[in-house]
Amino acid sequence: MLVIKNLKANVEGKEILKGINLEIKAGEVHAIMGPNGSGKSTLANVLAGHGGYEVTDGEIYFEGKELVELAPEDRAREGIFLAFQYPIEIPGISNATFLKTALNEVRKYNGKPEATPKEFMELLREKSGVLGMDPQFISRSVNVGFSGGEKKRNEILQMLMLQPKLALLDETDSGLDIDALKIVSSGVNVFKNNDNAVLLVTHYQRLLDYIVPDYVHVLSKGRIIKSGGKELALELEEKGYDWIKNDELIEENV
Amino acid sequence: MEEIKTNGLQEKDEISEDMQLLNDVTKNEYKWGFITDIESDTAPKGLNEEIVRFISLKKGEPEWMTEWRLKAFRHWQTMEEPKWPNVKYPKIDFQDIIYYSAPKKKPQLDSLDEVDPELLKTFEKLGIPLEEQKILSGVAVDAVFDSVSVATTFKETLKEKGVIFSSVSEALKDHPELVKKYLGSVVPYTDNYYAALNAAVFSDGSFVYIPKGVRCPMELSTYFRINNEETGQFERTLIIAEEGSYVSYLEGCTAPIRDTNQLHAAVVELVILENAEIKYSTVQNWYPGNSEGKGGIYNFVTKRAACRGNHSKVSWTQVETGSAVTWKYPSCILQGDYSVGEFYSVAVTNNYQQADTGTKMIHLGKNTSSTIISKGISAGKSNNSYRGLVKVGKKADNARNFTQCDSMLMGDKCGAHTFPYIEIENDTAKVEHEATTSKVGEDQIFYLNQRGISTEDAVNMIVNGFCKEVFNELPMEFAVEAQKLLAISLESSVG
Ligand SMILES: Nc1ncnc2c1ncn2[C@@H]1O[C@H](COP(=O)(O)OP(=O)(O)OP(=O)(O)O)[C@@H](O)[C@H]1O
Ligand SMILES: [Mg+2]
Repeated sequence: MLVIKNLKANVEGKEILKGINLEIKAGEVHAIMGPNGSGKSTLANVLAGHGGYEVTDGEIYFEGKELVELAPEDRAREGIFLAFQYPIEIPGISNATFLKTALNEVRKYNGKPEATPKEFMELLREKSGVLGMDPQFISRSVNVGFSGGEKKRNEILQMLMLQPKLALLDETDSGLDIDALKIVSSGVNVFKNNDNAVLLVTHYQRLLDYIVPDYVHVLSKGRIIKSGGKELALELEEKGYDWIKNDELIEENV
Repeated sequence: MEEIKTNGLQEKDEISEDMQLLNDVTKNEYKWGFITDIESDTAPKGLNEEIVRFISLKKGEPEWMTEWRLKAFRHWQTMEEPKWPNVKYPKIDFQDIIYYSAPKKKPQLDSLDEVDPELLKTFEKLGIPLEEQKILSGVAVDAVFDSVSVATTFKETLKEKGVIFSSVSEALKDHPELVKKYLGSVVPYTDNYYAALNAAVFSDGSFVYIPKGVRCPMELSTYFRINNEETGQFERTLIIAEEGSYVSYLEGCTAPIRDTNQLHAAVVELVILENAEIKYSTVQNWYPGNSEGKGGIYNFVTKRAACRGNHSKVSWTQVETGSAVTWKYPSCILQGDYSVGEFYSVAVTNNYQQADTGTKMIHLGKNTSSTIISKGISAGKSNNSYRGLVKVGKKADNARNFTQCDSMLMGDKCGAHTFPYIEIENDTAKVEHEATTSKVGEDQIFYLNQRGISTEDAVNMIVNGFCKEVFNELPMEFAVEAQKLLAISLESSVG
């Protein structure tokens, strides 16, 4: 589904991603862990097409299509979804208007008819039910006055509504209380099937108890320095990142 | 309406250079030895008492009206152009303006194919129905359509209710006593430079009278009145709401107005008696000049409402996207006890546009309250200023004001400025002021992009969200059009 080859990217002239290689197949869950500032959000933003990041080298293929030249809205319509680490507030636009516009844009692009108001409301009721959200939120402005946890929940709701092929979840677990973590995780598990994929960025092994990854990657200073199965996350929780960095040094010295 | 012949001078203009030269000489001669030709449809350039008389005579006005204009003119001569607004423009040569030309019908076209394609594109974006497009652009319409048109049905209904809705000229003929009683009673000609000029030379405008206890059954729109004529350069509007009456008045039209007059100095006066309410909504969309800042209208307007009766109410709602320079402060004089003044404004500037706009709330009666919601959006290299005065008089016990001024910047070459003035002479007053400045951020746009929404739509959503409180005050259809208009005027300003 997603193939990343030797991806390098700059922010304001500074190289942040220094050659990423990664392949994600349909049906898989990948977790990316790594120290603060290692480039996890940068990778997610580059995949989603944020204009502030410049791809200087490498290739990204999504469902066989080259992504780098594709506008961010078209990537979204193709089925890439980014749940933001810091969701943005948009005053004066209701969640309803926003969600409906987004849903119909995606549908139009994929040659499907727009959702009728009734279809939309039914879908919304179903999905917000999964996340235990107060239906009142729908008439409030997008993320305005939402608590940190509510914003994260709102991101997952959008994911459930839009049904993307690839969901990039950037620290969706941070700021959630224990109950909310369970609810949001179950939302992700409801979403997950054999035709889509999830790439989640997290600092905590805890999330991976609920959403079990097939692969765990460690990102450090713009490179994936180690990949493994879900047990890698446990090891990281126990030992931190230093031991890998040392490993890496040793490997390089050999 | 009479047929109007093109005047001789204009025809000559097109003939040859020699004639042009001759023309210039003739024009110059007029300067020195001017004799008013009452048969002419256009006054020569420049302004003097004779021109003022000529205008009044042409319009067949009563003697008192002529005198009033003359007094205004004499007063204007003693005044100086205001320098305080935060706008820059080349000095206006008031002797280089033609102050009277007979109302021209727009040239009749045979089909929409003859209309400027740019104009048609805009119509399309605004979703204006085909038949209306024809009327707006001066294409001959089917007589059948015309006679069953909204405008005709509309007039009948008003008549039944006793509502007067006509041009000021007509009102001067049919209801001189009303005009005499109220004209200049809210905005006297001594008020300011442009108000004095307007009083001396105003061409025409709307007159509305709502009788006691009548709720005007429909929104009154200038669109139905000025249909076939060019809007005047110096419009004058007078609306009177008698006790317990209500009217919602819509000024302007969301279709782009191409006007060759550079200077516009309109005056609007509203009189609101006990328990009456006027809701006045404006969409101003005059030519703002091109993207290099060439051309465009100078719009210097005086708008004022007098809430004379107890429990009277006025709301000004405006969406300003046009004009190169705008200078405009719709004001409320809250004289009656418990009277209410509201001002909801969206002012958009792009490219090299400049706007200095806001309101004045003058609290004189007891328990009066006012609300000001101002949203300024600046893009390109434009400058957008809010200027507002809240004044509470000695006797205005328990006056309340709430002011909120929000500015939004698009890009980093534009400017937003806020000049709030507060003058309070009664210590029971409560005045609140809130102000914010925000930027349409790349991150907001990216967030919407990431959900499949294009940059153009994203900007529109963000801007509409920002203006929501004001759009909520507009009549439904107007609000929808105002949103589209905003989209058009901000097109290509981001991304
Ligand atoms: N817009 C930007 N301008 C300047 N520097 C940036 C920008 N975005 C990211 N960076 C820098 O790039 C590096 C990687 O940042 P990134 O946000 O990708 O880290 P992260 O791995 O997601 O960290 P965290 O775990 O704290 O979320 C950091 O040094 C950061 O300061
Ligand atoms: Mg991050």
